[in-house]
Amino acid sequence: MRARYLIDRSSRTLLLVCAFLTLVVLAAIAVYTFMFALPAIREVGLWHFLFGKVWRPESGLYGILPMIVGSVVVTLGALILAVPLGIGCAILLAEVAPQRVRQFLRPAVELLVGIPSVVYGLVGLVIVVPLVRRIEGPGLSVAAGIIVLAVMILPTIVSISEDSIRAVPKSHKEGALALGATHWQTIWRVLLPSARSGIVASVVLGMGRAIGEAMAMIMVLGMAPRIPSSLFSPASTLAGMIAAEAPEASGVHRSALFAMSVVLFLLIIVINGVALAIMRRGSRAQGIS
Amino acid sequence: MSIRPSRSWIILVLAGVLALSLVLVGCGKQLSGSVSVGGSTTVQPLAQALADAFQQKHTDVGITVAGGGTAAGIKGANEGTFDIGAASRDLTTGDPALVTHLLAKDGIGIITSPGNPVTGLTKAQVVSIFSGAITNWRDVGGPNHAIDVFVRESGSGTRTAFQELVMGSENITSSALQQTSSGGIRQAVAGDPNAIGFESLAYLDSSIKALDIDGVPATQETAKDGTYPIVRPLYFLTKEQPTGLVKDFIDFCQSVEGQQIVEDNGYIAVK
Repeated sequence: MRARYLIDRSSRTLLLVCAFLTLVVLAAIAVYTFMFALPAIREVGLWHFLFGKVWRPESGLYGILPMIVGSVVVTLGALILAVPLGIGCAILLAEVAPQRVRQFLRPAVELLVGIPSVVYGLVGLVIVVPLVRRIEGPGLSVAAGIIVLAVMILPTIVSISEDSIRAVPKSHKEGALALGATHWQTIWRVLLPSARSGIVASVVLGMGRAIGEAMAMIMVLGMAPRIPSSLFSPASTLAGMIAAEAPEASGVHRSALFAMSVVLFLLIIVINGVALAIMRRGSRAQGIS
Repeated sequence: MSIRPSRSWIILVLAGVLALSLVLVGCGKQLSGSVSVGGSTTVQPLAQALADAFQQKHTDVGITVAGGGTAAGIKGANEGTFDIGAASRDLTTGDPALVTHLLAKDGIGIITSPGNPVTGLTKAQVVSIFSGAITNWRDVGGPNHAIDVFVRESGSGTRTAFQELVMGSENITSSALQQTSSGGIRQAVAGDPNAIGFESLAYLDSSIKALDIDGVPATQETAKDGTYPIVRPLYFLTKEQPTGLVKDFIDFCQSVEGQQIVEDNGYIAVK
């Protein structure tokens, strides 16, 4: 009796310690990143760091605006490509496709989520980059980055959107059909609006994945630290630059990369916060209806 | 209670082993132990070849060779992560004070894809291309096509050496495409007919072409006799004056036998 009580108590403590450790790790990462970032911010100045247009560590110039612009442009471009495609695919899987097709398509999409980003990068380098080069420029470019990222975030958007379309209560759909709406009208006017919060959350999650992607971007974007002048010119992103230069950086350069991580960290916290808020609002709305 | 006899027994054995190893070391034949080498990716294949040869002679010795880049080599040697750091450039005032051991020299080749009709450039033209003043192959006797400039990332030893030896006070253009390894540069330049890049002469293969600089072909011979203008030193770094096994290994690398391995791997011997 006593032994069981002890086991019960101690396992509870153990779990508590595990949960606490997770928090400690998170806090440690945050604290250390900020700490290592400070010297660079102090040396360069926050304004010059965030809005400086020249990143040239060998001359002591640490402006990260080109990388911020690069991250935003590539991520937005990928969303423009992937969102319509992804939602279309989700509708197909949830509503249109016969059971047989769905049985194949759904696991295939889920498999795509698990492919490591370096593989996407490699395929992009071998297939997308030469295709872009045939149109204009060196191939390693914003356009190649957008295409590769779009393919990478597509599965996230498809699987979460499909789930949220399926989660719409059957009565909604049946009611619409009973009122004489066509299947398409039902999808467009009833299902999609009801599933809106889940769909938006899938897009925001895809966005988070896109903005944090480093490996694939190093391989297809060219990593030139300048604001891209066209779709066919090279660019660089925050995550890509950190991954590319961290191994050989020292001193202020290293600290500047940490400061870049802080910017990326904050960006992703904001994006994930938005996603969480949307999902919570969505579930509450569904609870009321 | 039984602890005491067994412990003294262990001490006895240990003392015996120690005495035996002292005798063996005294004989100077049986080297054993381990050495860690790490740093510049340019030095890495050479360090590995030297380590392999050394370990073949002394089978009880383990030498691990890691990459990580020149900065990692300097940092590792200074902090003790590596017994020996590897660097592909001169140490500067910003670096910690370390003992340098000149290992070899290495030419930096200016490379293009084999299909490029341009076969040579002047050093001034190279500076203009990498600084972004010349952006079309037409201006240096090639086809009318934009030049895709490939460079290593900031902080790379090869990039730093290229900056010092070629660019001087000129800045590398921010439009330059960056690759994070010598292999990446070679692959990118091989696959892009309009590309130009730079990498160690020891890394050259048939997938790319090294340009003549100021009329001098980029080969091991011209780099060795001093006519090829872009040559940099490769160093082993230690925190203190080396002793024991570390010293034995560095001595081996600088010996006639070691320097032959340097030559065999496409680098320039220094002794």
